[in-house]
Amino acid sequence: MPEELQALSAADAAAAIAKGDLGRGELFEHYRARAASDELNAFTWVAESMPESVDGPLGGVPIAVKDLFCTEGIPSQAGSKILAGYCPPYTATAVANLEAAGAPILGKTNQDEFAMGSSNENSAYGPVQNPWDRSRVPGGSSGGSAAAVAAGLAPWALGTDTGGSIRQPAALCGIVGLKPTYGAVSRYGMIAFASSLDSAGPLTRNVTDAALFYRNLIGRDSADATSVSFPEPIALPTSERLDGITLAVPAALVDGDGIEAGVRDSFEAALETARGLGATVVSCEIPSAPYALSAYYVIAPAEASSNLARFDGVRYGLRVDATNLDAMYTETRHDGFGDEVKRRILIGTYALSSGYYDAYYGRAQRVRTVVASELSAIFQTADFIVTPTSPTVAFGLGERTADPLAMYLSDLFTIPMSLAGTPAISIPSGLSDGLPVGLQICGPAFSENRILGAAHALERAIGFDGSSAWSAL
Amino acid sequence: MIDRDELLHVARLARLALRDDELDATAAELSTILDHIATFDELDLGGVEPTAHVGDVDDSLRADEVHASLPRDIALAPAPAVRDDGFLVPSPQGE
Repeated sequence: MPEELQALSAADAAAAIAKGDLGRGELFEHYRARAASDELNAFTWVAESMPESVDGPLGGVPIAVKDLFCTEGIPSQAGSKILAGYCPPYTATAVANLEAAGAPILGKTNQDEFAMGSSNENSAYGPVQNPWDRSRVPGGSSGGSAAAVAAGLAPWALGTDTGGSIRQPAALCGIVGLKPTYGAVSRYGMIAFASSLDSAGPLTRNVTDAALFYRNLIGRDSADATSVSFPEPIALPTSERLDGITLAVPAALVDGDGIEAGVRDSFEAALETARGLGATVVSCEIPSAPYALSAYYVIAPAEASSNLARFDGVRYGLRVDATNLDAMYTETRHDGFGDEVKRRILIGTYALSSGYYDAYYGRAQRVRTVVASELSAIFQTADFIVTPTSPTVAFGLGERTADPLAMYLSDLFTIPMSLAGTPAISIPSGLSDGLPVGLQICGPAFSENRILGAAHALERAIGFDGSSAWSAL
Repeated sequence: MIDRDELLHVARLARLALRDDELDATAAELSTILDHIATFDELDLGGVEPTAHVGDVDDSLRADEVHASLPRDIALAPAPAVRDDGFLVPSPQGE
């Protein structure tokens, strides 16, 4: 029965498969058929049949994978024309870990080009529609992953978060998104945007699914020198209360201009729910937060300008023929990169160039230190920092494309944690005018178990039901 | 502010061709973004150390042992042009 299959969370589906009540092939085919008839442009590639999969804790529940990850023999285009048709000769560790845990690849999902964007409109493969309102964006850059899960086209999805690219689309699509502690998940085979910030994590229907997915994703990888062993196993969350928990709200930030009234109302209601579960809510300040945005938009482009030097028409991807080597490089990059990617390469190159390095890159790195120490100081007395995930609900397709700076401001609440390398989750806190609002819960490094526990308690009390966004069965 | 000449210099460093009719709009967009970024000049950062990386990378050296690498034919397969055992590119001096 499609309705019954669709209603199963990923964790429930895995349990049903383990008990023998559900066949792996049946579940895969249910989602394969749905993904193949995707009308949101969430997928850039869908498997034609179930790949061989192994027994494991993910039980055969298929995954949608953001196209930023290299997958052997499967198109991996990172939303870019410069990688059109590129099939890598190897698979990213994050994807390989999930496959080894028993999750076959259902398809690859659309994204902003090289993960640069907050609306999924910077994809060479076209924008993605938000399943709650198809005239609106799903958020970005993991917009295809978020839309696929929200629309019930995939049980769960792998995404990446550099400045908010898991959390913001999760919020705008009414699902759960976890940005891990930096280094907890290997970056090997994840096409690099900003290496000191890039983190891979789950986008799921609920918090339990996120925990199950995440525990099979993490681990030290000898192919990524910045990856670390997570200090404890990830537990499936059971908390139903928040007794003794202190939540810190960065008051000036949350009360600032540009926060929609409906978002603020939903956030206030979530705080009230948290108090009802026993939590104490206190006020805090992150004075550097507005400057964190500036620092991010120096550091991320600076690292990107270096990482994207590899796209030169020599070893893979697009080549524009020219009469000499230099013209081949510059014309390939002119034709292959989209506007936002070029903008960030130019900003990054400028910020790293002779005469400007200290004023931009050096300064941004110092702001990063300040942001991290302010967050750390808050965590001395509070368990979590909570904010809305995004200052607005999903905005209209095309509404912000003419103003890159306005688009950057979407990331106000998510960027401080990216700079600090600390984990954060977005869970749905409710609807505003029929569109989902996300609640962000942030903790210190390696506090994922506690974050997942608090998110689980709040999720149960809030009782958000996203099933109305599932496209017709 | 970033002017046309400066933009062309940066584009040159980035190995990115820009057309004449792209220069003014691009320079204006970059100037707006750089002006916003410059708001961080308000912060007093005296005595603050830079952070390049949040984690500790203390075990990044692996044992110096020979491992298999990608077979040459597989590494060359996605290349736009190949000759013999290598990637083929146009001459730096031109045809």
